[in-house]
Amino acid sequence: MKILVGVKRVLDYNVKARVNADKTGIELANVKMSMNPFDEIAVEEALRIKEAGNADEVIAISIGPSQSQETIRTALAMGADRGILIETDELLQPLAVAKLFQQLVEKEKPGLVILGKQAIDGDNNQTGQMLSALTGMAQATFASKVEIDGQSAKVTREVDAGLESIKITLPAILTTDLRLNEPRYAKLPNIMKAKKKPLETVPVADTGVDISSKLSVIEVNEPEQRKAGVIVSSVAELVEKLRNEAKVI
Amino acid sequence: MTTLVVAEHESGALRQATFNVVAAAKAIGNDITVLVAGQGAGEVAAAAGNIDGVSKVLHADDEAYAQEIAENLSALIVSIAGNFSHILFAATAAGKNVMPRVAALLNVDGISDITSVVSVDTFIRPIYAGNAMATVKSQDTTKVITVRTTSFDPANESGGSAAVETVAGAGASDLVAFIGEELSQSDRPELTSADIVVSGGRGMQNGDNFAMLDEIAAKLNAAVGASRAAVDSGFVPNEYQVGQTGKVVAPNLYIAVGISGAIQHLAGMKDSKVIVAINKDEEAPIFQVADYGLVADLFEALPELSKALDG
Repeated sequence: MKILVGVKRVLDYNVKARVNADKTGIELANVKMSMNPFDEIAVEEALRIKEAGNADEVIAISIGPSQSQETIRTALAMGADRGILIETDELLQPLAVAKLFQQLVEKEKPGLVILGKQAIDGDNNQTGQMLSALTGMAQATFASKVEIDGQSAKVTREVDAGLESIKITLPAILTTDLRLNEPRYAKLPNIMKAKKKPLETVPVADTGVDISSKLSVIEVNEPEQRKAGVIVSSVAELVEKLRNEAKVI
Repeated sequence: MTTLVVAEHESGALRQATFNVVAAAKAIGNDITVLVAGQGAGEVAAAAGNIDGVSKVLHADDEAYAQEIAENLSALIVSIAGNFSHILFAATAAGKNVMPRVAALLNVDGISDITSVVSVDTFIRPIYAGNAMATVKSQDTTKVITVRTTSFDPANESGGSAAVETVAGAGASDLVAFIGEELSQSDRPELTSADIVVSGGRGMQNGDNFAMLDEIAAKLNAAVGASRAAVDSGFVPNEYQVGQTGKVVAPNLYIAVGISGAIQHLAGMKDSKVIVAINKDEEAPIFQVADYGLVADLFEALPELSKALDG
């Protein structure tokens, strides 16, 4: 079977996001961009499933500006077989992204689609669930363990109170949580090889998918900042302040 | 105009988050209907009718809702969605699992994790781990939303006297089967609703040392949390995680021990009323948000703190 993996180009997780001057979004000029960390976990999981003999091809998909090719190349260097970029400079909502993925699912007919549970820019945590709803394929979000068994999979999910396991019929949509795996680093020879792997670019207009949205961002602001408090000199002073000043214990 | 609040419940009782979501619904200002889907959850439906501000309860009693299977619950909500201008979920693991399905099936954009209601169609939500707050306006006919529970003080459990109406189930998916669950066993309060949270980071060095935090938490009736670094290092399970990719907490007192204060962690706790940081690195960014900072070796400070709490 084929596995589709979503890889999004986002502000590197170590870079502090700063609101731009006209308060329309985050300053993204001349800052380090990387693959969304949850998508690295998705690529790794797809590769492990393939290496275990349960898949034949891993296709890395990105939807974004032309620089997202670099993100796809990273996935190819990790071991994905080919890439597809749906190119757009617009900032798409998760519903539009899910609709574009739906079209790719109809074309590629994968056995699994693996996406990160959320992208660390918009923090929406929506695309995988939406894709499942649109395609009618089963949904297993926040996965911490995936065991493929023929035409089905057992998925352990992170829920608020602990872990839950479900059995899903393939084809299905998975979204990754932190503990699913530890993504590999691309080795230099593989980075060289990745440059020769196929990467198809499709302008978003050519897909014919309706990516319009009725949700608009009016303004983006810095959050209220907390003021730093006082440094206490001892545990005794700390406990005294918590009891008598803050009155929280 | 009516807002639908999708209730969460377990073991025959509403989860705390539901009261926070009703509060967000009150801020929107419409009539409020609460949906209780479950199997044999009649008492929960009755309790939902008592919540202050609720004018109607819809109760779906069906085997399909015995567990929170997203496919089944989203089908039910979509079957009644035509009556509502807003559909609200808590931004919990369960709410996040279902909300986007409902939005996609209604062909509207979902709005995740709102922290404030500006008007009936305009909301504020954090992006980039809370390093920016986006004000968003929706022109969709149905606004499908998850609510950050810590941003809304819970509605009163009593004061309402809403009638409970029965709604029919909307079928069950045959693509998904619930196998089981492994819930953390703890005598401590639940992390997201505890008054006091004691969290450990990479500085704890290993999982065994979390016993020191457990001891203090027991004396304070606090929940124990952790930073992503501590979870990634395998010290504690993921359900302890506080931060952008874990849980968001806002207790009266948050004690961060051996946590440097990465932006991803601050995103999950910076709305706490009082923050205490204990860290041996005086340059650690956690001190910039702490009300009380103690620069100390945690292996000396924690036993001392435990002893001081006895006094």
